[in-house]
Parts: sequence; structure tokens; C-alpha cells
Amino acid sequence: MAIELKMPALSPTMEEGTLAKWLKQEGDAIEPGDIIAEIETDKATMEFEAIDEGTLAKIMVEEGTENVAVGTVIAMIAGEDEDESDVSSPAATETAADVPGEGKDVGRSDEDGSITPEKPKSQPKADPEIPHGTNMASIPVREALRDAMAEEMRRDERVFVMGEEVAQYQGAYKVTQGLLDEFGPKRVIDTPITEYGFAGIGTGAAMGGLRPIVEFMTFNFAMQAIDHIINSAAKTNYMSGGQMRCPVVFRGPNGAASRVGAQHSQNYGPWYASVPGLIVIAPYDSSDAKGLLKAAIRSEDPVVFLENELLYGKSFELPELDDHVLPIGKARIMREGSDVTIVSYSIGVGFALEAAETLAGEGIEAEVIDLRTLRPLDKQAVLDSLAKTNRLIIAEEGWPTCSIASEVQAICMEEGFDHLDAPVLRVCNEDVPLPYAANLEKLALIDASRIVEAVKKVCYKD
Amino acid sequence: MAKKPRTKKAPAKGKASSKSQPVATPEDFVLHSLQEEHEKSPKFDASPEQLLHFYEQMLLIRRFEEKAGQLYGLGLIGGFCHLYIGQEAVAVGLQSALTEQLDSVITGYRDHGHMLAYGIDPKVIMAELTGRQAGISKGKGGSMHMFSTEHKFFGGHGIVGAQVALGGGLALAHQYNEDGGLCLAYFGDGAANQGQVYETFNMAALWNLPIVFVIENNGYAMGTAVTRSSAETEFHRRGTAFRIPGMDVNGMDVLEVRNAAEIAFKHVRDGKGPVLMELNTYRYRGHSMSDPAKYRTREEVQEKRDHHDPIDGLKKVLLESGKTEEEIKAIDKNIRKIVSEAADFAENSPEPEASELYTDVLVEEY
Ligand SMILES: Cc1ncc(C[n+]2csc(CCOP(=O)(O)OP(=O)(O)O)c2C)c(N)n1
Ligand SMILES: [Mg+2]
Repeated sequence: MAIELKMPALSPTMEEGTLAKWLKQEGDAIEPGDIIAEIETDKATMEFEAIDEGTLAKIMVEEGTENVAVGTVIAMIAGEDEDESDVSSPAATETAADVPGEGKDVGRSDEDGSITPEKPKSQPKADPEIPHGTNMASIPVREALRDAMAEEMRRDERVFVMGEEVAQYQGAYKVTQGLLDEFGPKRVIDTPITEYGFAGIGTGAAMGGLRPIVEFMTFNFAMQAIDHIINSAAKTNYMSGGQMRCPVVFRGPNGAASRVGAQHSQNYGPWYASVPGLIVIAPYDSSDAKGLLKAAIRSEDPVVFLENELLYGKSFELPELDDHVLPIGKARIMREGSDVTIVSYSIGVGFALEAAETLAGEGIEAEVIDLRTLRPLDKQAVLDSLAKTNRLIIAEEGWPTCSIASEVQAICMEEGFDHLDAPVLRVCNEDVPLPYAANLEKLALIDASRIVEAVKKVCYKD
Repeated sequence: MAKKPRTKKAPAKGKASSKSQPVATPEDFVLHSLQEEHEKSPKFDASPEQLLHFYEQMLLIRRFEEKAGQLYGLGLIGGFCHLYIGQEAVAVGLQSALTEQLDSVITGYRDHGHMLAYGIDPKVIMAELTGRQAGISKGKGGSMHMFSTEHKFFGGHGIVGAQVALGGGLALAHQYNEDGGLCLAYFGDGAANQGQVYETFNMAALWNLPIVFVIENNGYAMGTAVTRSSAETEFHRRGTAFRIPGMDVNGMDVLEVRNAAEIAFKHVRDGKGPVLMELNTYRYRGHSMSDPAKYRTREEVQEKRDHHDPIDGLKKVLLESGKTEEEIKAIDKNIRKIVSEAADFAENSPEPEASELYTDVLVEEY
């Protein structure tokens, strides 16, 4: 029987890729372990290895083809005792149907938009910080972050990057791509897997007058290092009566990725945001990623900069400015509306905007606020919007208990009570460790439909 | 904490005297003695049944992992999936020397092989990889987080280095309960740089815990070669500062692994405290499925496959011992069948019930 070779998923988030090159041709014998093709994903070029033995009977997708969906049949292999000419091609280039609830994570966002938010159809409201008429370019968040670091490293000799796989490997998630080439190994430093140690070294280097950017492969691993972030970095300035500063940036992906299970999927926003002495930033789009990372690097205070892996590959408008720096501690109105306020940050903003579109179709105009900075939190922006809409919910990709959502609720109770026409509601992940199974993971995480539901509740619509 | 006073150390060692003695003192000898014993005759003298069993187990791991890679490519397995291909002799050689139902094992996220080496049903492992109710963690753990308390296999841990300290705790429990068991704690060459590893070494030696630390040195931690991450790349020496004897073992030969295991386990069971084993091995595949593998050459991988493959190596031994190609082919066929049944099972069994989302968070109700 002929074996269908399908476009493989080569990373947890890959949905499609480019078939860069065939290394075997039709008629070639294939042994398990042979590299058959090179496939480019958004992150890297990968080798596609044969598992079965046989003959490459037919190539179905030519090299150079872009956007080949995961699961597409790309070639046929004739088995051991088979004549390759007998191999009939399957009907057209069928794409693997992604059956909901079948345990597939790939291609899922195409069908339900739950893993990464749909791009809202209308452009979000322009950031008033960006001069009117500035040229915009569409850039993925990953590159915006890289450019922020590169620009600051060019500007200030004291800035350097350290972390696991940041140099030679170009970053586990390719955020530091190209930095080693430009700045060399003195300023782009690969560390061993020793988070506690290198977070301490980074913190100490900041005390010693440098401007370290410490990358955690993900913030889950910063748990090993949290002692230095909190006890060493956050409290130094205070304990020294303002003598000793600690201008370090701890950055990396935070929150749930895709199917990586409980130990690798947590939102540490509320953890760090509870600590006096820290600045905590969690951007959503490319402009904020770049503008706020540059501000973080320049800040005299220790900054925890929380990125999101699922947003790295998403492109957003980025102003083409020589020096795009945004103010820390300022929320941003992403969409104006008069009926209800949805407060969010990081990946939640995408869900909130998506929900706002849906709600608009039903006659409810939602105002969407991106907090951007979690500490210090822009209370005024929240309260101003509440005063306008009188109803508010918070959407947070994280647990509900002791969350940023709880904090915003408290602010509304303490300082916005007179403006409230309905209770403030939290839309958060389920209060459980994140499960691995595809269906359970989906149930556990927030999405736009849950936000829509909560908004209707506070608007007393059905 | 320790049941009995430590006897392995000579009383107070004067700094001056140790400086003036260039030759190894008898007390230093213990740090090398296990290795010397191993080198005297490094190959385990296996019975024909044992040889066959090792072969079947290693082949099962190989084929299982190949299938897992395939299912990942089809989107049936999500997230991270770390394959054990190339390292089969380590888990099989070591675990075959354990006392079942007594000794405990703990490892990191590259854990499929260790579970298969226990003889755990490949179906429930594969079903965990596909996130199904029938999986060994009910689909809630996934590839990196699998456990079998029935076999005293304590996971399956996603945080690099965590299993070493946890292993110390398992060993403490063995000592505390006086059950005569030991803990086998596996970790990688990359994990070997985590601070908690050395904190654990110190306590394990100080308290004479029954633990065998196993560094699976496969040459790389993700994209970082050991020479780029480690000041001391002879990992077996890293226990010296804590007076833990080290062993430097060829992890590509199941008979050598098993031989070393016998020696190490005996030392621990005799109440002489922890042993550190470095198992020199190699992973053929990428770190996880999304590894572009630009940090090493194809030739390097090919050289290992062609000349050091643990399965090919044992196949030679089997042929020399009188097994025929046909007999070996039949084994392969049978294993392929087991693996494809596991894959079918994993693909076709249902996902967890939605209500499972809220179960197992806590044990009790409050
Ligand atoms: C504390 C922590 N830091 C980083 C990671 C990400 N990570 C997962 S595996 C790995 C490499 C580990 O290499 P090694 O210990 O040699 O084991 P191998 O993968 O080779 O089996 C890294 C950096 C993690 N899971 N946990
Ligand atoms: Mg390794």
C-alpha cells in the first residue's frame, strides 16, 4: 500500500509552512532517517525525516510552495514490494480536515479562533502617543521586540542580553534573532540552564552599573529565579534608601502557549504585579511591544516584561519612527464605546476586540482598554471609562483568584462605586492547572464568546 | 536524619596534610573504585533470554518514538514532544537492574522510554500523548507529565532539574521507611548545571541517601553543546566535591549500562550512600519536535547511527549468539504491530469528558 506523506506540524503552533526544498526526487529509494525535504516554518527551517522505507513515488507539492497547510499530502511513498508507478495520487491536494474535539491543535485557530484571537476587522483606535500621520508598517511582535533590543543596544553600550539559547541558537522563540551577529558574544550571552544563577548575575550586573536584559525561555522557568527578581531586584532601591539601583529587564513569554501542559502554561502577571519595587509590563501588539520594551530598558527600575508566545508571529501596525518609546504606566483605549468597558491586557486584548466586534453587531458598543502596564496600573484610565459606560468587565488569560481582574474589581469598588450600574465581572481561565488534552485545554482558557456572554450579563441583555 | 552515622569518611582531614600528599589517599579511592570495578569487565553477562528482552525493549522504544514523531506531524500529538531515539540502552540497561515494586524512578520530560522500559502498556502511554481519557494521566498531563505510581515511576517533570531534588526526597522516603529500596533519578547534561542538583548532592551524601543520580549526557541541551554550557564536561566527576563516587559509562551499549548498574546499585544497597553515573549517549532527533538542529552536522548524527547504535549493536550480539536474521525480523514485525495498535488505540479512543477539567485538582473536599 502506498504511504501518504503529509505536511508535518513541526512546532506546537505551526499551522502552515513553506515546502522549501525536496532533497529526494521521484524514484529515489528512501530509508528511515533520510532527510526528504526542508520545510520552513515561521520560526525556522526544519528537516523532514523519513520514517518509512520505500521509494519516493510521487511529489504532490512542488518545492517553493508557500502556505502549505499542515496535513496536506505532499508526496506518496511506495512500500517495499510495490511498483512506484502503481501509486495513484489522492484526490487533489486534500487538506487535513481538522475535526473539532479530535485532539488536534494544529490549524485550530482557523476554525474557531480560540487559540489566538481573530484579527479584528476594523483597525484598533490609534495610540495618541504616536504622532498623527506617522507611516506604519506591518511587523510581527517577535521582530518588534528584537528591534527594540537592537536599537537600545546600539544606543547604549551598557545594554546586553543574556539567557538560554539567546545567542547561537538565535533564541528559543527567535526573539533574539540576529543579535549575536550584530553585537557579538560579549553582549549576547548564552547561559547554561541555571535560571537562579543567571537571574542573580543579571541583577548583580545591574547593581554594578550595567543594563542587562535577562531572557527567560519562558516565565515558567523564572520560578527558579523568582527569589532574585523579588528579593534582590525589587527591594534594593528601597532598602538602600535610594542609593543602589537595579535597572534590569526580565523578559520572555508568559501565559498559556499551545498544549504544553500545566507546568509550562501560567500567567505570572498577578504574581509580579503584587510586588512593590517592580515595574510589570504585558504588551499586546507590535507597537506596544517595541515602544514599551525600549522604555523598560531605559527605566532605572527593575522591569518584568511579559510577552506571549502565541502573539510572537502575529503582525500588527508599527509606527516607523526613529525612536519609538512609549510611556510606562499608561493604558490605551483600543476601541471606543459607550455601553460597556472591557479591560484586558496581553493576549486577552485580542479576544476583547473580537468580542467587541460581535457585540457591535448586536447593538452593544464596547470600549476596550488595554492596560499594557500591570504595575503601576493606570487606574485613571479604568475609572474614566467606567464613568463613561457604567459597566465593566475584565478579560484575563489567567486564573481568577487574586488576579489582575480581582485588582481591577477592587479599584472599581473602592473608587468607582457611584458609577456602577452592574457588578464588575471577571472573565478568566478556569480555576484549574492547565490540562493537556485539546478539548480540556480549550474549555479551560478564555475566549471571545465568554467575554460576549459576560458583557450581555452586565448589560442585562438576556 | 540519617539512620546510622556515616562511616565512609575518614575523620577530619587536615588541609595541610592533604596538600602535602600528591597521591590519592585511600579515602579518595572510593570515588573511583566503582568505575575501576566496572572497567575490569564492562559487559554484563546476559542470559539468552535477557539479551532478547533487552533487544525487544529497546526496539519497542525506538518504534514507539518513531510513531510518536509521525503522530505529532499529523497534529495528533500537540505541545512539546521529546523523543528518546538513540538513548534506549540507558533506560533499558538501568531499569532492568532495579527491584520491581521496590525501587523508585524519576526523570524529566523525555520520559516515554523510561515508562516503556517498565513494561507499561504502550497504549496508555500513546493515548496520553494524544490527550485521551485512556491515557495514563487521563489526558491531563501529556508527553512531559506521565506517572505510574503502580510501578513507582514518579514522572515525567517539565522543569529542568526539578526531578533531582524530588529524587532526593524519594530516596529519603526509602531510608525513612527502611524498605531497602533506592531511587534512580535521571537528568540531562543541561540539567546538571542547575543549582538544586548540587544542593541535593550535598544532602544526599550528608544523609547517606539511597539514590543513584544518572546524568544522561546526550551531548546537547536543546541547541547547546556541553562544551558551551559546562566548565566541567566530565560529569561523573561532579560529585567529587560531595564525596559521591562517579561512574563514566558507555550509554550506547545496553550490556555495559547494565553492568555499571549492578555495581552502582550494590554500592547504594550496601548503605554506602549515593552514586553519580554519567551515561554517555546521543539523541538522534531534535530536542523536541520543533528543533531546527542547526547546532550539529548531519554527519555527526549519521556517524552515531552508523557506528554506535545501541540496537544495531545488540543485534550483532544476538546474531553471534546464534539467532537468525529471520528470528530478528519476526521480533521487529511483532513490535511494529504492538506500536501500530497503540497508535490506533490512541487515535481512536475518546477525549476526556469535559467534567474532567475540574477533577483531581485537590484530593479532598473542603
Ligand atoms: C527550569 C527550566 N529551564 C528551561 C527549560 C526549557 N528546557 C527544556 S529542556 C531543556 C534542555 C535540557 O537539556 P538536558 O538537560 O541536556 O536534557 P535533554 O533534553 O538533552 O534530555 C531546556 C532548556 C525548562 N523546561 N525548565
Ligand atoms: Mg542533553
